[in-house]
Amino acid sequence: MTTTKTTPVFKEREFSKWKIMRDGAPFYVMLAPFLLLFTVLTIIPVVSSVVLSFTDFNMLQVPKFVGIDNYVRLLLQDDIFTKALKNTMIFAVVSGPVGYLMSFVVAWFINELSKATKNFITLIMYAPALAGNIYYIWTFIFSSDSKGLLNSTLIQLGIISDPVSWLTDAKYNFTCVLIVIVWASMGTGFLALVAGFKSLDRSYFEAAAIDGIRNRWQELYHVTLPQMGPQLLFSAVQSISGAFAIGAQCAALTGNPSTNYSTHTILLHMTDYGTTRFEMGYASTIAVVLFVIMLLTWILINKVLRKFTSD
Amino acid sequence: MSLFKKNYFRRNHMRATAGNSTLSRSHMGNFFVFLFLLIVGSFMALPLIYTLLQSVKPTEELFTYPPKFYVKNPTFDNFKQAAQLAGNLWVPFSRYLFNSLFISVVGTSAYIVVASLAAYPMAKAKKLPGMLFISQLIVWTLLFRAEVTAIPQYIIIAGLGMVNTYWALLLPALAGTFGVFLMRQFMVSAIPDAILEAARIDGANEYSIFWKIAMPCVKPAWMTLIIFTFQGLWSTTGANYIYEESMRMLPNVLSQIAAGGIARAGAGSAVAVIIMIPPIIVFLISQSSVMETMAHSGIK
Repeated sequence: MTTTKTTPVFKEREFSKWKIMRDGAPFYVMLAPFLLLFTVLTIIPVVSSVVLSFTDFNMLQVPKFVGIDNYVRLLLQDDIFTKALKNTMIFAVVSGPVGYLMSFVVAWFINELSKATKNFITLIMYAPALAGNIYYIWTFIFSSDSKGLLNSTLIQLGIISDPVSWLTDAKYNFTCVLIVIVWASMGTGFLALVAGFKSLDRSYFEAAAIDGIRNRWQELYHVTLPQMGPQLLFSAVQSISGAFAIGAQCAALTGNPSTNYSTHTILLHMTDYGTTRFEMGYASTIAVVLFVIMLLTWILINKVLRKFTSD
Repeated sequence: MSLFKKNYFRRNHMRATAGNSTLSRSHMGNFFVFLFLLIVGSFMALPLIYTLLQSVKPTEELFTYPPKFYVKNPTFDNFKQAAQLAGNLWVPFSRYLFNSLFISVVGTSAYIVVASLAAYPMAKAKKLPGMLFISQLIVWTLLFRAEVTAIPQYIIIAGLGMVNTYWALLLPALAGTFGVFLMRQFMVSAIPDAILEAARIDGANEYSIFWKIAMPCVKPAWMTLIIFTFQGLWSTTGANYIYEESMRMLPNVLSQIAAGGIARAGAGSAVAVIIMIPPIIVFLISQSSVMETMAHSGIK
């Protein structure tokens, strides 16, 4: 008898779940087009790159399983990858935090200005990221002859006597590219922070002032930051995703490949093997390593920011 | 200093002198704020302004020594030269312009529909099995920009036989997660649940609720998706997928012109101006909508 007692309950639960799904059918239909595209063009490529990273694949023949050969070759034997990894890490470690802090400080500073002024400054700061990939305009500034803007200015100031090849000399081109990357780093993350500051709850500030908060810094630390958590996380995602996608900037300024691979990045290395040499197995291995580095960075930053903004 | 609100300093001054319990902002601090904004603002704006000035300089002013920042006799010769250089390529300039405009307009329109359709159930039918999982998956994939997944994606696109077609550039744009994420965040707070419930009780089906009630509520988010998607597609070079001359995108052709080195400094600047002006204008028009949407962008 006990079984007949429990069965209807079980059946009813199953039925209600099925009913929820059936009533929700229109919602699944709405989701379907995007989900199909997302699966085919994001999920499958990412998962298949993990599989292909263990193979030798040239897009013409069937992939041949090679075990961890690609990883051994990439991590132990590929000197150019080592250089690209080092460059990418330096670009990311410098441009990520610098762009992030710059976005945060500007957003914080302009928050109390009038609406028109704020919109104007937002546009100026966002313009380089908005303008599209026109990094090459910096070649007019870093031009290697004496008529280049930087060279002629420095010569006239007497700092240098002969024109410097800023973009082809491996001593300088890394720094030049870094400047351009920082220049274009105030993107959607910056907009999110400006909007976040704007939507802060003003009553907290008044309460805090009464409680004895006395200057900008105390206000920032005790009142603003704890409220900005979600925006800070979003902006951090934007910074990290941008910092590890660096490549186009280097190619536009210093050529691809650059002198002695001095500004080569993981992304350029992957593109080189993927679209020039068609060694897709090896290119997939590079992609997997890049994904892992990005995920680890995000998990770390996520933890730090949540701790920082939670209290 | 007219940059600041008129009562900004007065208010601070009053705060500073009103006793210990109110907030104080020093004049020194205000000066530092002004200086910082001036330095960062110049760094951001000057290269673009210099490009703008270069683009209207006549040849003799482009090659004087020492180079001048300002222009004395502005001219549109560089724009004519750029159009001429592009006209000397295999197919007419208008074809490249059409290609870029086509994928920008079609891609943007289609993405707004696809992204809104996907965002609505994630925002307003959260309890359905699977919705939470997909939402979280989308937040994770925000980390991977198109550049990073381009090579793994290439294998699929090539496998589907889409190389040298508009599809190769349109489909990856339609699969983007950034717009879906923003739209979902905005829908959560911009569409009141009470209205949806009322419509359901009146017997409206979910599709008409979506078109007639939900979509009009999220106009600021449309504008935001328009600017981000348009900007992305307008600057697409398609270098990986397009080899056929008549299918090439404008930025790809223009960067080829600009790559002519110092001799093409004038035409190169003109080209940069052509590329940067449309997104800046679209952003100016939609700025307040964009800021309204971005206020909901936080990751919780």
